[in-house]
Amino acid sequence: MNARSMAVRTGLRRGWIEFRQTTTNVGEMIGWLWLPITALIVMYAVGDNTLPGTDFTVGSQAIPGILGMSLVFTGLMGLAMALTMDREDGTLLRAKATPNGMLGYLIGKVTSRAGLTISVLVGVLIPAAFLFDGLRLGSASAWAALIGVLVLGLLATLPIGAVLGAVFTNAQSLGFITMLIMGLAGISGVFYPITALPEWLQWIAQVFPVYWLGLGMRWALLPDALSVAEIGGSWRHLETLGVLGAWFVVAPVVLRRMARRESGSSVAANRDKVAQRMA
Amino acid sequence: MKTHHSTEPVIETRGLRMRYGTTDVLDGVDLSLHRGEVLALLGPNGAGKTTTIEILEGFRQRSAGEVEVLGVDPDHGDEAWRARLGVVLQSWRDHGRWRVRELLDHQGRYYAPYRTTERDRPYPADELIELVGLTQEANTPVGKLSGGQRRRLDVAIGIVGKPELLFLDEPTVGFDPEARQDFHDLVRRLAELEDTSILLTTHDLDEAEKLADRIMILLGGRIVSDGSAAELARQISSKAEVRYTDNGEPRVASVPNATAYVRALFEERGDAIGDLEVRRATLQDTYLTLVRDFESGQRTGVPRELAEVTA
Repeated sequence: MNARSMAVRTGLRRGWIEFRQTTTNVGEMIGWLWLPITALIVMYAVGDNTLPGTDFTVGSQAIPGILGMSLVFTGLMGLAMALTMDREDGTLLRAKATPNGMLGYLIGKVTSRAGLTISVLVGVLIPAAFLFDGLRLGSASAWAALIGVLVLGLLATLPIGAVLGAVFTNAQSLGFITMLIMGLAGISGVFYPITALPEWLQWIAQVFPVYWLGLGMRWALLPDALSVAEIGGSWRHLETLGVLGAWFVVAPVVLRRMARRESGSSVAANRDKVAQRMA
Repeated sequence: MKTHHSTEPVIETRGLRMRYGTTDVLDGVDLSLHRGEVLALLGPNGAGKTTTIEILEGFRQRSAGEVEVLGVDPDHGDEAWRARLGVVLQSWRDHGRWRVRELLDHQGRYYAPYRTTERDRPYPADELIELVGLTQEANTPVGKLSGGQRRRLDVAIGIVGKPELLFLDEPTVGFDPEARQDFHDLVRRLAELEDTSILLTTHDLDEAEKLADRIMILLGGRIVSDGSAAELARQISSKAEVRYTDNGEPRVASVPNATAYVRALFEERGDAIGDLEVRRATLQDTYLTLVRDFESGQRTGVPRELAEVTA
């Protein structure tokens, strides 16, 4: 077998092994689930009011937004944190020392983090289905749309995660990104329709994927009539594709530039730093 | 220890230099390793051992000089070249959640496409686990291994692709004496078992003496000595110490040719000589003196007489 295709297959195996390691680790899964589950509980407690002009509860309309937020958070942070940690502990260097190891490593990492993201979404959706009414969970077209948005979301967020993982040299400094995503969730219409916000905030929110993934999720899971609560009274498919597509295209370009700059010496210097810390 | 080696060079460097800012970490290193040979790069901390080995592994770009590893410039080594190398760096902490067999099996898969008639890559995981003595730990998560076990796993991963050339950077730092002994046995077995050339760095002369066919001493970024342990002893400790009593009075002499000196002594003094003791300075003594001299102020260069010895 060709060495590269062998590395791709080995990488997929690697993804499966790491996916299993993550999802069977209770502590780690709690770490990923607490934020969206807390959001669910809050919406359940306070979300009995209906959206103005509809008979749909605020709680139910927030579920897709929470899913979108979880997708961005898990896809992006999951990969970013894994990359910084793997650089610190020598996993990346090990991949470099192995023939086609980087290819296998990246495929494994993307696969396992995509799997983690899907597990988190399922972990949010199952309790949501019991707690909230009105989601179109019985419809095949809704599921097809959900899967489409999910794929698009992973394509848009995983590359950003890879860039962040390359930029930040230790996992602690990534805490800043967590705060940023939470802030974005606040202005992206996750919990309440974005049209209630001042227009300049709406514009900021529309630059980032959190808003668009929330919108896509609402399109997939909410009755069509609720599009009236969105900007322009529409699900805006073309705009969604455009913005998420742009993130998908831009991030790898940045990444490739950085990879060229990242030489063996900086990888080794990183390892030296870790070795010193351990000594 | 093997004495017969093919002359085909596995590593060849000429005038290898590494400069950070205005400091020369490596200042013209000429190094060669032949097929099947075990070479120890010996020197104190900061001598440039790790820098050298990382340049050879292709992890660091050199400032100047010619380098060939398995016939390829490491800066341009491709994946097929990488498949012929084994690398054991100073400290790994990776893959803590993976189980020992799982990780070895996984790493081995990358090497399977590079199988040749001479080298049946990779090692089967179980065979390798037995070779490094981790059978009991085959299903243990890597993060739960002891320091010595972890190091043996590192070596196992380093050789899973049946490398033609193996790099071992400070392989036994932090080992207790028993773990060190086990490790030495393992390395010797590797060198004999497969046709593997080994370059190891150490700051422990005893280790170099035990493991290596040849020892190169690196001080201040230069090779100051190169040869087998016995050759080194002769090169850098050419004088022997002769102690005796002459009519009961203790005497000490430091002489280049002890045999001739003692013969002359008996011819002249005969039965007056007693308690004769001839002692060549041990390699350890000489090495330590060498390092101490260097560190006490001669950081800029190699002691002149040594530079001449190696020339």
